[in-house]
Amino acid sequence: MFLINCPFCGERDQSEFSSGGEAHIVRPKQPTELSDDDWAEYLFMRKNIKGIQFERWNHVHGCRKWFNVVRDTSNDKILSVYKMGEKPPVNYK
Amino acid sequence: MKNKYSVFSLIKNALSQHENWQQAWGNPEPKKEYDAIIVGGGGHGLATAYYLAKKHNLKNIAVLEKGWIGGGNTGRNTTIIRSNYLWDASAGLYDHALKLWENLSQELNYNVMFSQRGVMNLAHNLQDVRDLKRRTHANRLNGIDAVWLNTEEVKKFCPIINTSPDIRYPVLGGTLQRRAGTARHDAVAWGYARGASDMGVDIIQNCEVKGIKRNGDRVEGLETTKGFIKTNKIGVVAAGHSSVIANMAGLKLPLESKPLQALVSEPVKPIINTVVMSNAVHAYVSQSDKGELVIGAGTDSYVSYTQRGSHNIVEETLKAILELYPIFSRMKMLRQWGGIVDICPDASPIISKTNIKGLYFNCGWGTGGFKATPGSGDLFAHTIANDEPHKLNAAFNLNRFVSGDLVDEHGAAAVAH
Repeated sequence: MFLINCPFCGERDQSEFSSGGEAHIVRPKQPTELSDDDWAEYLFMRKNIKGIQFERWNHVHGCRKWFNVVRDTSNDKILSVYKMGEKPPVNYK
Repeated sequence: MKNKYSVFSLIKNALSQHENWQQAWGNPEPKKEYDAIIVGGGGHGLATAYYLAKKHNLKNIAVLEKGWIGGGNTGRNTTIIRSNYLWDASAGLYDHALKLWENLSQELNYNVMFSQRGVMNLAHNLQDVRDLKRRTHANRLNGIDAVWLNTEEVKKFCPIINTSPDIRYPVLGGTLQRRAGTARHDAVAWGYARGASDMGVDIIQNCEVKGIKRNGDRVEGLETTKGFIKTNKIGVVAAGHSSVIANMAGLKLPLESKPLQALVSEPVKPIINTVVMSNAVHAYVSQSDKGELVIGAGTDSYVSYTQRGSHNIVEETLKAILELYPIFSRMKMLRQWGGIVDICPDASPIISKTNIKGLYFNCGWGTGGFKATPGSGDLFAHTIANDEPHKLNAAFNLNRFVSGDLVDEHGAAAVAH
């Protein structure tokens, strides 16, 4: 339970948003050439970090736009919000 | 058993005002080296150590727990036990556990208060009816007791359910597994701890794992808050923190950890004699022996390790509970809490070897691990001792995410995950 600062609408309750999970997982460029191991990595394996995680959210009950969030999963504090396509902030590792 | 519990020991100790009961398990400092170390002192971890010592003759075993035993999800679940899963692999796994539950109090000489009061799963629309009837047939083919009840039979079995046809999600029937029920969750951890400790297993509390030492493709030991401990077999049973431990070994798991909530009401006289679950509205309820209603809510949609969860999830569950049981409308809720559950993409667990020699994982139980505690421990112990899975957990290997041979219980099991 926390507030998310949507880059398009401003600060709203988390219940307005839908979580899209880990961010920056790149869709395979040539799916036909992918090995089973690479498919498993892309589809299923997740960092599932306890700490600072880069993730996607969708303002599903608002502007319906996707964007990225940097959040500490150990205390749900949001550290940064940035739009899709923008470079992730470098000061969090 | 060193100090066997019986009516005689009860009388004897009553005479000394119950001041001379011995500690149920030891509190040792870690040795330098163990034959096997179990990471995680919850029900599954303690059961693993218990069966390793009992059935596989390994005596030099430690269980490392970063907090206190049974203080994680073992003490946070809603204590429901059932085995009415759709797929053959799951049916085999969960019914193995249910059979162990039936004799567990005798096995451990510890009353786990296993109560086979039945679990009823409600259907609220035609698709639910089709799915649940299909599951009933699948269960019976696998030798698991399951019956379909129509609306009148549901009402007869649990009279306080609102079966009026004009509610938002009317009750169109349900399935009943009579062998299913509940148990006292703390007692399970305590019983296994006592049993394991009695066979020489070191249960080390307040000892957090900080790193896994590897030598090439095999493990050599664990860095902990109580120093380095050498071992060449590590069984990780860390529930929501499985990925954290996996990362220490440079391994990635197909898991997402999310908060799952539960709550209990003020205690009242016996009013609900079974466990009622509803998949469509995500509400399930039973009554503890103390008289509290035990209510399970859903998971949050995002990864979090906070052990709390969002208010709106509880609100949705209580809305559904109130429509199904209008009698509870003035009931006060006493406590609410969250636990962190590790959810697999196919909502089935992983009880498996890894590609690192000597490192084993038992995780991914998601929202429904408690029911499997004895079976999970038994099969994981077999996997660790023989370096090969038992035939009942062979399907639950880590490689299924590469081969595509998933055990898809999402929605196929009796409740949403």
